Amino acid sequence: MNLAILVLLPFLGAVLPPLAERLRAPRTLLALSAALMPALALVLLITPAGQVFDGQTVRNSLSWMPSLGLALAFRLDGLALLFALLVLGIGLLVILYARYYLSAKEKAGRFYAFLLLFMGAMLGVVTSDNLLLLVLFWELTSLSSFLLIGFWSHQSAARKGARMALTVTGMGGLALLAGVLLIGQVVGSYSLDQALASGDLIRASGLYPLILVLVLLGIFTKSAQFPFHFWLPHAMAAPTPVSAYLHSATMVKAGVFLLARFYPMLAGTDLWFDLVTLAGMATLLWGAAAALFQHDLKGLLAYSTISHLGLITLLFGLNTELAAVAAVFHIINHATFKASLFMAAGIIDHETGTRDMRRINGLWKYMPYTAVLAMVASAAMAGVPLLNGFLSKEMFFAETLQSGRLGAMSWVLPLGATLGGVFSVAYSARFIHDVFFNGEPVNLPRFPPHEPPRYMKVPVEILVALCVAVGVLPSITVAGLLAVAGRATLGGELPDYHLSIWHGFNIPLLMSVVALVGGVAVYSLRRWLFAQYDRLPAINANLIFEGRVQALVRAATALGGALRNGSLQSYAAWLLALVALVLLVHLSPAVIDGTRSMLPLDGVALLAGTMLVVAAVITAVLHRHRMTAIMSVSVVGLVVSLTFVRLSAPDLALTQLSVEVVTVLLLMLAMYFLPVRTHMESGALRVTRDLVLAVVIGGGVGLMAFAMMTSDLQSISGYFLDNAKPGGGGTNVVNVILVDFRGFDTFGEITVLGIAAMGIYALLRDLDLLSAPSDSMGRPWARDAHPLVLVTISRPLLPLALLISVYIFLRGHNLPGGGFIAGLITSVALLLQYVASGVEWVHRRMPGDYHPVVAVGLLLAGITGLGSWFFGHPFLTSTFDHVHWPLVGEFELASAMLFDTGVFLTVVGATLLMLANLGKLSLLDDKKGGA
Amino acid sequence: MEAMVAIMIAVLVGTGVYLVLRARTFPVILGITLLSYGVNLFVFASGRLALDQAPIVGGGPSTDPLPQALVLTAIVIGFAMTAFLVVLALRGQGETGTDHVDGDADEGGER
Repeated sequence: MNLAILVLLPFLGAVLPPLAERLRAPRTLLALSAALMPALALVLLITPAGQVFDGQTVRNSLSWMPSLGLALAFRLDGLALLFALLVLGIGLLVILYARYYLSAKEKAGRFYAFLLLFMGAMLGVVTSDNLLLLVLFWELTSLSSFLLIGFWSHQSAARKGARMALTVTGMGGLALLAGVLLIGQVVGSYSLDQALASGDLIRASGLYPLILVLVLLGIFTKSAQFPFHFWLPHAMAAPTPVSAYLHSATMVKAGVFLLARFYPMLAGTDLWFDLVTLAGMATLLWGAAAALFQHDLKGLLAYSTISHLGLITLLFGLNTELAAVAAVFHIINHATFKASLFMAAGIIDHETGTRDMRRINGLWKYMPYTAVLAMVASAAMAGVPLLNGFLSKEMFFAETLQSGRLGAMSWVLPLGATLGGVFSVAYSARFIHDVFFNGEPVNLPRFPPHEPPRYMKVPVEILVALCVAVGVLPSITVAGLLAVAGRATLGGELPDYHLSIWHGFNIPLLMSVVALVGGVAVYSLRRWLFAQYDRLPAINANLIFEGRVQALVRAATALGGALRNGSLQSYAAWLLALVALVLLVHLSPAVIDGTRSMLPLDGVALLAGTMLVVAAVITAVLHRHRMTAIMSVSVVGLVVSLTFVRLSAPDLALTQLSVEVVTVLLLMLAMYFLPVRTHMESGALRVTRDLVLAVVIGGGVGLMAFAMMTSDLQSISGYFLDNAKPGGGGTNVVNVILVDFRGFDTFGEITVLGIAAMGIYALLRDLDLLSAPSDSMGRPWARDAHPLVLVTISRPLLPLALLISVYIFLRGHNLPGGGFIAGLITSVALLLQYVASGVEWVHRRMPGDYHPVVAVGLLLAGITGLGSWFFGHPFLTSTFDHVHWPLVGEFELASAMLFDTGVFLTVVGATLLMLANLGKLSLLDDKKGGA
Repeated sequence: MEAMVAIMIAVLVGTGVYLVLRARTFPVILGITLLSYGVNLFVFASGRLALDQAPIVGGGPSTDPLPQALVLTAIVIGFAMTAFLVVLALRGQGETGTDHVDGDADEGGER
């Protein structure tokens, strides 16, 4: 059985409950649909579990992104098996419990879906054999727990609690990722197997302290260790089944799981001892003390959870093998008694309508059966003999006595442990005495409380039975599982230990007795203690956290507002400044080291170049004089086309020339509609800044161009030159590249052209623009819209121009020309008619809708491309043949010509669509002006 | 000749950058036009300069045809982009009543 399937099952199962809910399945069926996949996973786990008990490690691996070192690799050893059992087993109990906990109104389908997502993520964490995969699932647990904690999203507390949990654990997750990346760097692989085997390498590495701190940040945030514990009590806003699941067996246990998992890799150093033990001890004491003062039933359990997590962390920190085994043991025990206690708390909440222990009293009379279960679980939590909590706590006490790291201060550990035990007994006593005895209930929202539905108690019964069974008969219940899990944790052989209730009279037993007696004593002093506690200044983690979040949001908004000021210019300036910086850093005259011989400069070229420079500068300087600017821009365009002519690029020259015409037309139209004056509004500072940017970037690009042109060329074009004639059937290589070799690119390009035209069409719809009544010098626009001379000359030009366009198109494959150029020439010829005779005149004579032309052009190009499929060739494979026409002579027909026709139509359609629609605006304008 | 072309590219890019940084749409459009001339020339020049070597097979040595093919489509697309910008500017003018693109219409005024 592949472990990947095991992990996948809960994710698949997450689909079922919402589906069942949509089909209006009754609640029990809904719960069953949720339980189906986890139950199946549990069954499927039997076979690999057998292998694990035989001492094997089960591995499955699928390559995912090998270049990143990421693999879908899974690994089941004793530790992973233990956690998989906890995740699936307690998960199933929680699903059963939630069936009765959730009211009929609630979206149970969604609840189960979130729960199963979380379950899958947890399974992934515990079975990952790839460190990156582990982090991935780790983040998934954070995300899915966010959904679960915030399930009652209508409550502000739930939303805030969820957000806090996500923020804290999410940040920890980032730290963990960084730590894992460093581990990967040291080990040279992200495989957990290899990393576990490379413990010495990692500990010897100079990066070890950094790795340790980063990984511990991830662990401590997840496991709510001091000082990151504050999110856990606020996560109690979640529905109780969620708390029972997340805070007993799963979410917070993911942190301590990682402590166990990385134990062979990172533990064993003094730094590990100091950091982990210290955090564990602080958490143990803080959580235990705070738990006593909670009046909220779940609050008490939350702080108790924090305290027990501290205990487990502390055990791992002690750096002894036996302590690690004790930690694993306590993970099991805590999961069982804490899950049952949360469920009991949920039952009480459910039956009384409140969780305030000052009001819930004397429930023994009303729900004795639940009371017994809760009392047994509480006693296990307190570490009362014959229950599982006692065994692991005894081991814990014994281990704190063994550590010699603190030298003369070694007594601190057992003292702290005993103190933690005292408080643990005290709050357990409170849970029992306050809730079930201590007089009569006070003003309960629901009175009198009853025993819950039969099956709601089943999960609690099972868990409590486990507590007792482990407590009484450890060697036949838990010993086997603990042994494999312990061996996997240590990555070697187990130390000698005995799970038994009676170890004789020794110091740990004395500590237990002190804890029990002391705890009861502390509890009996509770009224005085509560009074003292109330006098302390209240620390509300929620308020502090929210305050910080708001401050962060404010700071981010301020920063964003400062940078995003709505000025296109400042964004462009930032971007260009970056470009300038790159150019300044990387370019120097030394880049010119080419050896290519240069072409001679002659007088004509010099003159043309000078004209371009002058015209460009005039455009920049006199851009406020719009007519002048347009004319100088057109001079620039003309010189560019001439440059192409001179430098052996006839196709480019033709294209540039015709584009030039349409561009000038376009700019004239723009000038007509945009405000006539461009104000002087850039201050001297800004002009200087822009000038500096312009000079640096222009100079840099020029330098780069010069360096490029004077260095030798290695080009892939030899292929195109050699194959244009035999492969593409044409001698004009540029055209053959466009319609044949790189036909797919061209197809994309004409598509973009069509999209741009459509965009323009859409933007111009319903556009209401009034042009200024006069030009910038106050002269009114000429009313003589269609000068006679222009009209007379333009009309006979049209057929001539069209003829030339056909000629240019046909010869395109062999001589300068082709679809692009012919299309542009046709457009220019038609646009001339628009200019000379007006939109109305033209549209009386030909349809004015150009979108069909664009569409037909694109379709034609596309269909030509598809056509080659019918002959079993890839998209856009071209073919050609020579035919003999009478009179005309030898003639070449190429499928590329069909494609080129598509290009032609698209160019004509797009260009006319753009300009004719702009032109029509002036028509509307005239009408309005006339009306 | 190479130096001449390099100077042309430099001037086109420089003036283009300067105009793109103006506050009104019309100079921005002019700037984009000049910038695209410069960029087209640059890409074209990457095939190196050659006299009388049009990339037509059968007529002696040929210059590099690939940059030419790239620039040919770039010219057409560049035109489409300019047209789109013009229309965007017009639409902006129609919607907001101003041709400012520096986000601070109150600044300046007639001077």
